Formats: sequence, structure tokens, C-alpha cells
Amino acid sequence: MSGPYETVIGLEVHAQLRTRTKMFCGCSTGFGAAPNTQTCPVCQGNPGSLPVINKRAIEFGIRTALALGCTVNLQNRFARKHYFYPDMPKNYQISQYEEPLAEHGTLEVAAGGAPRVIGIQRLHLEEDVGKLVHEGEFATARASHVDYNRAGVPLMEIVSKPDLRSPEEAGAYLRALRAIVVYLGVCDGNMEEGSLRCDANVSLRIAGSDVLGTKVEIKNLNSFRHVQHALEYEVKRQAQALDVGERLTQETRLWDPERGRTVAMRSKEFAHDYRYFPEPDLPPLDLAATEVERLRGDLPELPAAKRVRFVQAYGLSPHEAELLGQGRGLADYFEAAARESGKPKAVANWVLNELLRELPGDDDAAVAACPITPSRLAGLLALIDDGTISGKIAKDVFEKMFRSGEDARAIVGREGLTQVADTDTLAGVVDQVLAQHAKVVEDWRNGKKAALGFLVGQVMKSTQGKANPAVVNQLLGEKLPKV
Amino acid sequence: MLAALSIEALGARFRDGSATPSAAARDYLARIEALDPKVRAFMTVTPDVALAQAAEADARFEAGAPRGSLDGVPIALKDVLCTRGIRTACGSKILERFVPPYDATVVRRLQEAGTVLLGKLNMDEFAMGSSTENSAFFTTRNPWDLGRVPGGSSGGSAAAVAADLAAATFGTDTGGSIRQPAAFCGNVGLKPTYGRVSRYGLVAFASSLDQIGPFTKTVADAALVLRVIAGADPMDSTAAVVPVPDYRAALAGGVAGLRIGIPREYFIDGMDPEVERAVRAAVDVLRGLGAKTEEVSLPHTEYGLAAYYLIGPAEASSNLARYDGVKYGLRLPGARDVIEMESRTRAAGFGREVKRRIMLGTYALSAGYYDAYYGQALRVRTLVARDFQTAFQTVDAIVAPTTPGVAFKIGEKEDPLQMYLNDVFTIPTSLAGLPGVSLPAGFTLAGLPIGLQVIGKAYDEATVLRVAHAYERATDWHARKPALS
Repeated sequence: MSGPYETVIGLEVHAQLRTRTKMFCGCSTGFGAAPNTQTCPVCQGNPGSLPVINKRAIEFGIRTALALGCTVNLQNRFARKHYFYPDMPKNYQISQYEEPLAEHGTLEVAAGGAPRVIGIQRLHLEEDVGKLVHEGEFATARASHVDYNRAGVPLMEIVSKPDLRSPEEAGAYLRALRAIVVYLGVCDGNMEEGSLRCDANVSLRIAGSDVLGTKVEIKNLNSFRHVQHALEYEVKRQAQALDVGERLTQETRLWDPERGRTVAMRSKEFAHDYRYFPEPDLPPLDLAATEVERLRGDLPELPAAKRVRFVQAYGLSPHEAELLGQGRGLADYFEAAARESGKPKAVANWVLNELLRELPGDDDAAVAACPITPSRLAGLLALIDDGTISGKIAKDVFEKMFRSGEDARAIVGREGLTQVADTDTLAGVVDQVLAQHAKVVEDWRNGKKAALGFLVGQVMKSTQGKANPAVVNQLLGEKLPKV
Repeated sequence: MLAALSIEALGARFRDGSATPSAAARDYLARIEALDPKVRAFMTVTPDVALAQAAEADARFEAGAPRGSLDGVPIALKDVLCTRGIRTACGSKILERFVPPYDATVVRRLQEAGTVLLGKLNMDEFAMGSSTENSAFFTTRNPWDLGRVPGGSSGGSAAAVAADLAAATFGTDTGGSIRQPAAFCGNVGLKPTYGRVSRYGLVAFASSLDQIGPFTKTVADAALVLRVIAGADPMDSTAAVVPVPDYRAALAGGVAGLRIGIPREYFIDGMDPEVERAVRAAVDVLRGLGAKTEEVSLPHTEYGLAAYYLIGPAEASSNLARYDGVKYGLRLPGARDVIEMESRTRAAGFGREVKRRIMLGTYALSAGYYDAYYGQALRVRTLVARDFQTAFQTVDAIVAPTTPGVAFKIGEKEDPLQMYLNDVFTIPTSLAGLPGVSLPAGFTLAGLPIGLQVIGKAYDEATVLRVAHAYERATDWHARKPALS
């Protein structure tokens, strides 16, 4: 049998919760501290230590669950997941198994074609493990050290149904999910620091079949690019194998970004029996329905709703709305500037084309630190609008505003950038240009209408861009036929 | 001799100035030095800590500001309770050099109450055993007959109080490890309700069953001690927020009018006839004091043992997974990789009984067996708990033998299954999470103590202690001391 195949992808996304303290103890969750300085008997798994649930982590989990349309299980509980690994202090991980915090949600994603609704199977909380630091290469390390600073940091795992049909769709799902957790303020979404990472399950089947093919799990993908590339590679690898009638093995693979391929982990590591059982050190979690409803009432407007509103209220294109709705900081910035200037479409252009080029990133912190405030951007747009400066000059002014933190009017005033719209002044420049470029004028006469653009450009050049283009065009229109 | 006194009597001496905490500490330390080589109850003796704490207590009494009923009282702890800066080996080679960086909540509460720490007491490795023969270090002797076991797993704690090597000691009870050794050593051993006392800092064996409790010379002393160690703890989510009554005051009132149940299933074939006789006599004593006794039935008792030996090991296999040589305790050198290092460390660090239970528990939790073993054991546990609930609808307390027999000879019980039978009368209470106390109720002709068990409703330690206290006052078994010199 050979293609066409249908791709079936499911994602398990781990999001680190932005709590101040760890999942089961009072240690700091701060990133980058010296090894083992943010640990205590509880997160080190010392004999006799006991976990105590971080209430804030539960609240963050519920907020996310509600944003994803999940049913929150008022009765849920923690379990122990066992396996031996030196980065795990207790050699079991406290996680949720049969009774997760929430189940049965959805997330709408758009990748190219029409938006699709992807099912969310479950959302549960767990603790992170520590980190091994090898002296040298893993395989030949002279010594290995363990840093438990990360052990016990709260993680939220969101498991999708196998509803994703392409690597692009998987990427779009991950982006949409990231936008939501960042919006809710429950995760900083920083993939480099591992705040968001994902495992992907991928299989192929003959198109139209409803039997799932042999599934391969790709572990620990920590960037959008890796997710997409790893899945693209894996889909191709599996299709080629199926084409020649090879049987795929169910296995766990790792993405090697340097060689651009997935590689199988040792078979030992996927023959797991986690021996889950209810965590006896923690009583079952009994949530009050009223509390869940209170959290539901507190949810902010989410990216999807915001996108729709941006299109309807501001006349943006769906693409612009998508880009601006990605992060809460950027969306708020856009709305503030749009409100003040009354020109949402122009604001969107400036934000997407100019502002994002200057900002070091599109995250909330970068937006918050932006020297051009929404109101200053509105001020710049007003200068274009009333003809004080041209759009081209405005771009220079924008750059200067970004460096100096001044407002547009101050820069334009000081540097004499005000647009020249005076017909007498410009008529002289036009005459001069026409005289200097007799050859071009000749071309124009012979029907080469594009020559006009060159002449406009020359006028602009001689006025250092300050000439009002409309007036220049008008003057050229009058003078050319007479030359 | 101060070491013979109860906490109550010792406290009275401190208050009237006829003795000081330092004198008591010195008395106990001298006695430990003289007698512990025979009894072998202590794993670690801490004379420096004891004398320093005693001196502080002296000052408080001199200033007329003692902290309460336990101030200046010399105590000792089962080596399963974490003590900051003092080795806590838990009877195991794998923790032989482990020095905890923190104190257990119970230890902290005892320190705040002003107690004087004499040392840490021997135990079965990770609290698994009924004889203290499973200690990786040495076997503790029963003060009543040095050729016999003190019971287990808190054998060191029971023996120490019986030999007057501490005014009170602390042990843990998972399936009977306080009550059974208390019965074997002839003193008072109290297992509080599961959740009554914080487990923070107690090295876990089976988390859903473990509970800390005291060994004392009298029931009144147990009441004083429980008041200090009980209560909710922000570090232990399973420690219940239930008010802690004044147990000492609750002892008054006697048993007149109380309804006491005698479980039919606790008088089994093969139990020691001397034990049965003593317990039935004790029931008569209680009846003589005005209690109304009636037979009750706990029909699932016979399945309790099997359920316990699945739940306990299952949780133990999980709790003991952390001992891998990576972070603390023993590590065997020379391994080629980390898996080999962990395997060799665990092979060398754990004793036979612990390995047996780890394997049992690992098997019981395995995919495909979970429902048949662990799941089924949990269902039995529910039935056992329901038996008690039904019984407590008609009675206020239950009285039964603590153990089917008395202290056996060291090395006598080699078959682990035969050993497990020792706990058949204590395990159901543990599975149900209920409080129980064992107190002296007679002696065999050979002079070995017999224990009487009083079981109560959840969080009703007050009634348990009240029944025990009434019986104790009507008899003088508790006044007998083993002949040690």
C-alpha cells in the first residue's frame, strides 16, 4: 500500500506556571540561580518530607482550563508516577493521572485554510524534575552533577486529542495555546528557558481510514521551529517507510536540530510501567463550584475573541488581527494608539511594520519598555494626517523617537522636517529638475510614462524628502506638457 | 531514683524543687550507660544535647517559669524521626550516615515543650518488622527476658521505657508497631488517629498508615504527651484540623456507663491461652468498674492482614525509591553507569525484609496487577473500616488483646508469614485509621507482659485513654518493673 496518507498528530504541551513558589513547597521558582540554592527538604525529596499543594498553581490551572472550555473536575487528585532517574529527587513524580484537574476542552486554530477546532483531552498539574549537568559529552562524561532548583516547579500539561492534521497545524495550535497562557498570565511562554515545551505524537494512516497507524512520540521540543521541522521530518520518514512496506515501531524519538532528523531513544527508555497510584501524602482536592465560577467571571478577553473584535471594530484584516492579538501587551498598545488617533488601520500598519522591527521582541515586557508610547505614536500619525510631514519623513522621525524617547512634534520642529507644500517654492525646484533631465523629459514625451516617477523622485531628493508629493505631482502634470 | 518516675511524678519533683531536670538527665544517662549494653535500645545517645537542654530547663524552673507538663522531661526518639544535626539511620545501612537538615514537626513540638533528648532508638529497618531483628545494626533485647525480642518495629522505644532508660519515648505505628512492642515490653503504647499527629519529618514507610505515638509508663503520661504532639500542621496536608482536647482532664470520669465492645473475631484459634485469659479477666475488671460490655463483630478482620501486606509494601516500594545513592546516604563506588550505581547501592543498602516488601509492592502496583492486588486491598480496607463504624454505633470503645502471643525468643520466627501474624489484632485498626492503646494487663507464668488493647472512634483518643486509665488505676500491672541490674 502506498499514499496518500493522512497525518495524525497529538501534542502534549508542558507549561511552567508563573507562581512565585514551587508546586509543593515554598522554594522560589526563579530561573538562573546558582545550582541547588533554591531547594529545601521537600523539593529535594529528603526522608520524611511531605508535599503541600500550591493553591496559586491550582488557580492558574483552573483559569487555563476555563479558557480552553474544559470541564473542571471539582474532585481531582494527585498520583505518583514512578521511574528511576537521578534528576528526580524521589524517583517518583507527583502528577495527576486518573482524576485530572480538567478535561474535554477545545482550541480553535487557523493554519492556512479554514479555522479548525482541536479537542483538548485533559489538563493536569505536576511537578518538574531537576536537571543533570554533565562534565563533557553525555556519553563520555567524566562526572555528572544534579541541580534540583527546577525540581518541584509547577507544570501544567495540556494534552490535545489526535486532531491535528499537519505540522503547520501543530505549529498553529502551539502558537494559539501559547497566546492563551501568556494572556492569562499563568505562563511566561518563554520557550528558550523551557517555560513551554512539548512532546508530539505522530502517525500516518491511509487517507479516509479511521484506524490509527503506529504512533511515534517525539520528546522535548522547545521551539515552534523544532516542532514544525521535527514533525515534517517525521511525516516524511514514516511515509517513505510505509511506501516500501516497512513496519514502523512504536517508539520514542528525539529531534536532533543540528542534523535535522529524529533519532530513536534507546529501547530501554520506553518500556515504562509507571506504577501510578494515588498520592497518599495529599488529600484529594475538593474544589468549590462557586470558586470555579468566580475564576470564570475573572477571565480576560482571550486571543480568539480579541481577533474577531479587532476585525469587526477596527476593520483590520484577519492576518493583522492575528498578529496584533498574539500578545496582550501588543494588543493593548494597539488599542490605546488606535483609540487616541482614530486611525486603527494606520496604527496597525505602523505597529506591525515599524514598531515590531525596532522592538527586541513582541512579548509584553518588550512592549511595556517601548520608548514610543501609544499616545506618541498617535501624535506622529496626526502630523502625517495634517500634512506637516510626509509618510517618508515620518519613518525617520519614528526612528528618532525610538532612540531619543522624544515626541514627534519636538523632533520635527528642531530638525526643520516640516513638509514643503508651497507651490511657488516647489515650482522653482520642478523647473530646475526638468532642465537638468532633458533626456528623461524626452523619454516621457515618447510615451515612457514611467519617467514621471523618476522626476518626482528627483524633486523629493532635492528637497530632502520634504516636498509634498501631491503638490509635486500636480506641478509636474502642469509643466511637463509645456516643456 | 528519678528514672523510675512517671512524667507526672517527675514534673511534680521539678516544680517543688526536690529535683532538677539536670539531675534527671544525669540519672537517665548513667542508667543508659550501665544498662543499655544489655538492652541495646539506643542507636545514638546524645548526652551533650541532653545536658544542654536540661540546663535550660533548670533555668526555667529556677525562674519560676516552666513551659508545661513536659518541661525538663528526658525523652528518646525512634530513629525514624528526623532530628536536625543528629544522625537518623532508620535502622538501615542505606541511611547509616544520614544527618537530616531539619527537625520533624513532632520533634520541634517536643523541643518547644522543653523536653530533654537522650538519644535515638533502635528499630526494624524502615519500620518493617515485628521484632527489631530487622535492624541493620543490632537486635534490641526485651528487658523482661534478654533472650527475647522487644517486639517491633519500635522495639527500641518500647524497651527503653520498660527499662527506665527514658521517661517517655516516641515510636511509629503502621500496622501495630507501637502497640505490639508496648504489649511485649509491658508499658503504655498509644497509636493516635491517622491525621492526629503530623507526619512531617517521619521517614515514611506506608504514608497512608504511618502514625507517630508515645510509649509511657502510665496512661496519664500518654495523655500529657499526646496533648503536646497532636494537632494540624501546615507542613502536612494529611494532619487534620481537629481541636486537640485536654486529654489529662478527660481521664476523669471512669468507665461507669460506658459501652465497651468485645470483638468476637479477636479470640482466634492458636492464640496464647494465657493471653486470652488475661484479656478476659481485664474485661471483667472493666465490668466491675461499671462498664457495660457486649460482644461485637468485625467480620472482615481475617482479610485485614492480607490487605495490609499489599497496601503497606505498595506504598513502601514508592517511598523507598528515593534511596538511590544519588543524593544522600550510602553510595556503592565502582559502577560504570548510574543505573548500575543505583542498583548496587540499593542491593547493598537494604536488608532482606525491606527488599521483600519493595518487590511485593512493586509487583502489586504493576500494570495489569493493580486492580487484582492494590485495588482489591483498598476495597478490603474500606470494608474493615466499615466494620468498625458499624460497631461504634453501639459501643463507645472496643477492648481486645493487643497480640495473639507474648514476646518470643530472638531468632525463633524465621518464616516471615508467621512473623506477620503478630500484628493480626493491631492491623485492622491501622487500616481504619483509628486510635488504639496497648497497656499492661498481666503476666504469663514465665513473667512476660501481656497487653490489653483499647480501640476508639476516629479522633476520640480521649475515650480510649479514659478506659485505659480506669483499668490501670484498678490494677497494678503497670507498677511492675523488669529485674535488670
